[in-house]
Amino acid sequence: MTAVDIRGVAYTYPGGVRALDGVNLAIGPGETLAIVGQNGSGKSTLVRHLNGLLRPDEGHVWLDGSAVGRRHVAELARLVGLAFQDPDRQIFAGSVRAEVAFGPRNLGLRGAELDGRVVEALEAVGLAGSADENPYDLGYSRRKLLSIASVLAMRTPIVVLDEPTTGQDLRGVARVRAIVAALAAEGRTVITISHDMRFVAETFRRVIVMRAGRIVLDGTPADVFAAASWDVLASTYLEPPLAARVGARLGVGSTPTEASLVEALAARA
Amino acid sequence: MTLRLSAATYRYAGARRNALDGVDLELSAGTVLGVVGPNEAGKSTLCLVASGLAPVVVAGRLSGSVTIDGRETTDMRPHELAQRCGILFQNPQAQLSGTAATVFEEIAFGPRNLGLSLSTVIQRIAACLEALGIAALADRDPARLSGGQAQLVALAAILALEPDFLILDEPTSQLDPQGTRLVGEALRRLVGERRTAILVVEHKTALLDRLADRVVVVDEGRIVREGPTADVLDDPMLPRHGVEPPPRVRVRSALTAAGMGTPAATDLLMAELAS
Repeated sequence: MTAVDIRGVAYTYPGGVRALDGVNLAIGPGETLAIVGQNGSGKSTLVRHLNGLLRPDEGHVWLDGSAVGRRHVAELARLVGLAFQDPDRQIFAGSVRAEVAFGPRNLGLRGAELDGRVVEALEAVGLAGSADENPYDLGYSRRKLLSIASVLAMRTPIVVLDEPTTGQDLRGVARVRAIVAALAAEGRTVITISHDMRFVAETFRRVIVMRAGRIVLDGTPADVFAAASWDVLASTYLEPPLAARVGARLGVGSTPTEASLVEALAARA
Repeated sequence: MTLRLSAATYRYAGARRNALDGVDLELSAGTVLGVVGPNEAGKSTLCLVASGLAPVVVAGRLSGSVTIDGRETTDMRPHELAQRCGILFQNPQAQLSGTAATVFEEIAFGPRNLGLSLSTVIQRIAACLEALGIAALADRDPARLSGGQAQLVALAAILALEPDFLILDEPTSQLDPQGTRLVGEALRRLVGERRTAILVVEHKTALLDRLADRVVVVDEGRIVREGPTADVLDDPMLPRHGVEPPPRVRVRSALTAAGMGTPAATDLLMAELAS
């Protein structure tokens, strides 16, 4: 069974911008998928179809084998957790703890079970020591991690992270990578939107490239950043990681990450 | 034309420790100073203090001094300071006025308050929209922009003021690679043509590699390393301060690890970078 099945989805915003133009995409449980593409290529519009924030003009979306149709946003929130690009559009509570507890409380959790969820989510993002702080006393990078914690606390089978590494330093990026790996290991599906090609190449097993509301490339990082794909990447103003360009020049195949470059060079030696 | 911080120490109202701790820094006309460092190091505070917003608007206690051409920023009138020094916040949504019906009007807001002629205002707006590749957004509602678009509009609104000093807190954080490149080019042009002095906080060291003349590393409120861009970004201590080295440095390390750190390999790398 697929976790997400998107068939022939098209969407035009009021005002006439056709953001999605016939998208087909099937994602399996436990799969990690990164969506890349220019600003305005339809990435955020696509993921907003997963939790009912937007409904397609054409086509259908299935989650865990059942059609999204007109199902209510609150019902879909049990299946799909979405951490927004701008954490300030998500955060509203007076304390970090209350912010993270809001979602699971609405699922009916109380007492020790609720507390456990909150602590677990805060520990995953490294904010356990800040539970009593006001979210707006946190810097931007930690507010971003807080918005991710709120989604983790819902324990949804599908987790969507919109630009999770924005504003994060090396340690923050490593933390996000660890979260993605842990979710996938539990069999949960992780979808991200990112402009950070290094994060994408090192963290996700599958990458799709969007251009003007369509998927133009779909494969592993090694496929998508291989020399054969560079023309399509260039048409979306994306550049393969430098490691991939150097690997191609050295004739050792597709090496989207520095680790894969070292490995390929060692194998040749 | 110089903006100077001398032993600048800043503590937010109610905070238990200094967010900035004895920072000395100089920003001169026609140069770009890059600022890197881990999360919560004090980079955004540095921006607020350098621009004079802290402690005037953001409550806290400043010791040491922040001067523009020898005058303390705390002695300058807000309108005077705003004309000399423009700041772009980390979150563009915090920057946009929320009062303009179109992107064009949003960008016009600042220059119109400077009392410029209408034709000058229109000319400046057109130039900024063009430079950042957002001319098509002119008639859009600023409240209905994507994160990346809002960031470019907020930047255009600051550029249209043509300040002598520009303080930019992660100006490309929500931009795609093309938008990032355009911003880099637009800033470099400003420095060349108008001798603007730019302080820019960035996690994207690849951008600083092309843009900045000098780079400082800030950690725990202090400057822990300072120097010409290539020297600082090549320094193996960067990751210890939570800073990702630029791709050319990382790939060179990878080549060295694979036993290929030869001059020929480095030449190849540079050829790739230039292509």
